[in-house]
Amino acid sequence: MASIDIKGVRKVYPGNVKAIHALDLSIEDGEMVVLVGPSGCGKSTLLRMIAGLETITDGTISIGSDVVNRKEPAERDIAMVFQNYALYPHMSVRQNLEYGLKNRGTPRDEIDRRVTEAARILEITPFLERKPRQLSGGQRQRVAMGRAIVRQPKAFLFDEPLSNLDAKLRGQMRIEIRRLQRNLKTTSVYVTHDQLEAMTLADRLVVMNGGRIEQVGKPIDLYDRPASLFVAGFIGSPPMNLIPVEQLRALAGAAMPVLPEGTDILGIRPDGIMVGGSGGIPLSGVVELIEPVGGESHLYVRVEGIDQVLILVLQGRAEVAETERVDFVLPVAALHGFNRESGKRVE
Amino acid sequence: MVENRPWLTFFTHAVLVIGVIIVVFPVYVALIASTHGPFAMGSGRMPLLPGDQLWNNVVEVLTETRRGAAPFWLMAWNSLWMAVIITAGKIVISILSAFAIVYFRFPGRVLAFWIIFITLMLPVEVRIIPTFAVVANLGLLNSYLGLTIPLIASATATFLFRQFFMTVPDELMEAARVDGAGPMKFFRDILLPLSRTNIAALCVILFIFGWMQYLWPMLVTTDPNYYTLMMGVKRMAAVQDADPQWNIIMAAVVMAMLPPVLIVIFMQRLFVKGLVETEK
Repeated sequence: MASIDIKGVRKVYPGNVKAIHALDLSIEDGEMVVLVGPSGCGKSTLLRMIAGLETITDGTISIGSDVVNRKEPAERDIAMVFQNYALYPHMSVRQNLEYGLKNRGTPRDEIDRRVTEAARILEITPFLERKPRQLSGGQRQRVAMGRAIVRQPKAFLFDEPLSNLDAKLRGQMRIEIRRLQRNLKTTSVYVTHDQLEAMTLADRLVVMNGGRIEQVGKPIDLYDRPASLFVAGFIGSPPMNLIPVEQLRALAGAAMPVLPEGTDILGIRPDGIMVGGSGGIPLSGVVELIEPVGGESHLYVRVEGIDQVLILVLQGRAEVAETERVDFVLPVAALHGFNRESGKRVE
Repeated sequence: MVENRPWLTFFTHAVLVIGVIIVVFPVYVALIASTHGPFAMGSGRMPLLPGDQLWNNVVEVLTETRRGAAPFWLMAWNSLWMAVIITAGKIVISILSAFAIVYFRFPGRVLAFWIIFITLMLPVEVRIIPTFAVVANLGLLNSYLGLTIPLIASATATFLFRQFFMTVPDELMEAARVDGAGPMKFFRDILLPLSRTNIAALCVILFIFGWMQYLWPMLVTTDPNYYTLMMGVKRMAAVQDADPQWNIIMAAVVMAMLPPVLIVIFMQRLFVKGLVETEK
C-alpha cells in the first residue's frame, strides 16, 4: 500500500509526438483513481509509465516515498491487469498465479497460502489446474485479477480490464472489482474509456484529453460541476446539451437570466430540462425521436427558432408521441455556463 | 464446396495416382533391389517382386567395407552427427537471433534482420567456393565443425521464429516484466514453451536437411573417417573395372532412408501441429 505521486511528468515519443504534457497528480493511499478519456488522450500511456513499461521523458513518479523513474516494473512492486488478460497460455491457472511469487523467491508455503486465499476470494478454486484456454472470458478475467492479488503489491494498475467482456459480465465484474478494492484497500489506478465504468468505480475521477488533465474530482462533482466543455460532453449519458447563448437570448427575450461575463455557451443535463412547468427559459420544439429505455425515456426535440436538437430525459413513459410539439423550460439553476474560447466553465 | 461431377473426380484421382506412382516407384525399385542376390540385376532384367536375400545384403553392408568408402556404421555415425549438430545449431542460433530481433531495440536492428533475410537468397550452392575457402583457411577440412558450421547459419528458421514471436501478444512480455522475469527468464519460461511445436516441426525439417547433405560433405572431406552416408552410397556405385553391386548399394540406400522415415513417423503429430496450429 502506498500513495502515488506524479510530478511534472511528460512523455514525448520519437518524432516529437507529445503524448503527455507536464502532468501532476497525487493518488492517495488506498484510493481508487480512474483515468478516463477518449482514445489517444494519453491515459494508457500514463498508466504504463506508472507501471514502468514506458520510459518517462521528464518529471518524476514516486510510489510510496521512492522515486521509481529508473526502476524496472518488477522492482516497483505493482501488479497490472491487462485488457487481453495476458495469461501465460502454457501454464495452468495455479502456475499463472504462482509465477510472479516464485520469481520473487517467496517461500513455498507462503505461495500456497496466498494462491489458495486468492482463489477463494475470486471463486476460481475449481479451475486451478486448468489451462487458460479452457476458461471462459469472465473466468480468465478473474485469473488475471488473481495474479495481481497474490502479489499483495503496493498498487493495482488496471488497463481497460473489462472491455473484452460482454455487457452483462462487464457489469458484474465491475461490481466485483469495486468490492475487492474496498476490501483490500490497495491503491488502484484504473484506465477506461467507458464513462459509466469510470463513474461507478472511482473514488476520484481524472478526465484526460490530449495528454492533459481536464478535471480531477469525485465522480458526482464532475457530473454536477464540469470544469470544461470537454468534461461536460464526456461525463454523463446521454451527454449534456450545449446551446450557444446568443441564439438562446434571441429566443428567450425577457426570460433570459443575467449571465456572468464571458458566458457564451450554456449547458444543461438532459434530466435537468422540465416538460411543462415554469421558472426558467421557456422553449418549445417538435419531438423527432423517442428512445424508451425502460425506467426513463430519451426525447430528441428539435427546438423551434434555433436549428438544434436537445435531448430530454423523462422519468417513466413519455406522454408525447413522435412529431408532436412539446413545451419545456430550462431551469436557471440547472444551467452551466461555459466560455467558447477557453472551453472553461464560467461561474 | 459441394460438387458432383464424376468425371472431374475420376480425373483428379487419376492425376494423383499417377503422381504417387512416379514418386513411389523408384523407392519401390530400391526396396526390391535390396532383397535380391548379386546376379538378379546384372542379368539386365530388373525384378519387380521381392527376393529373399535382404538379410544377407544387410549383413554384407554392415560388415564389409566397399573400396573407396568407409565402414557403413562409421558413415551412418558421421551422417547422424552432422544432422544432429546442424539441427541443434540452427535451432539454437535462429531462435536466439529471432528473440533479439523481435524483443530488443538496438541500433541496426532492422539492418541485422535484412542481412539475415538476404542470405535466404544465397543458398550454400551459390556461395560454395568462398565458403569452402573460409572453411579451408580456418583449417576445418575433414572435421565435424567444417561439415556443419557453414550449414548452420539459417535465415529460414530465424524468419520462421520471428514470424511466430510477432504473433505472441506484447502484453505477455509486459506481464512477465511486471512478474519479475528478466529477458532470458521470459525467453526460457514463456517463449520457449510456446515455441515447442514450431521447434518440433523445424527439427524434422532440419534433420532431414542435414541428413541429405551431399555436395558440401563431398567438398570438405577427403578423409574416409569423415565420409557421410550420402557420399558413401555414391562412392559404392562408382567402382572401376567391375559392375556396381546394385543389390548391396540399394540395401545401403534403404538403410540410409530409415532414420528420416522414423523421424517423420514419430514426430508426425507435433510436426503437423507446428505447421498448422498456433497455440493461443
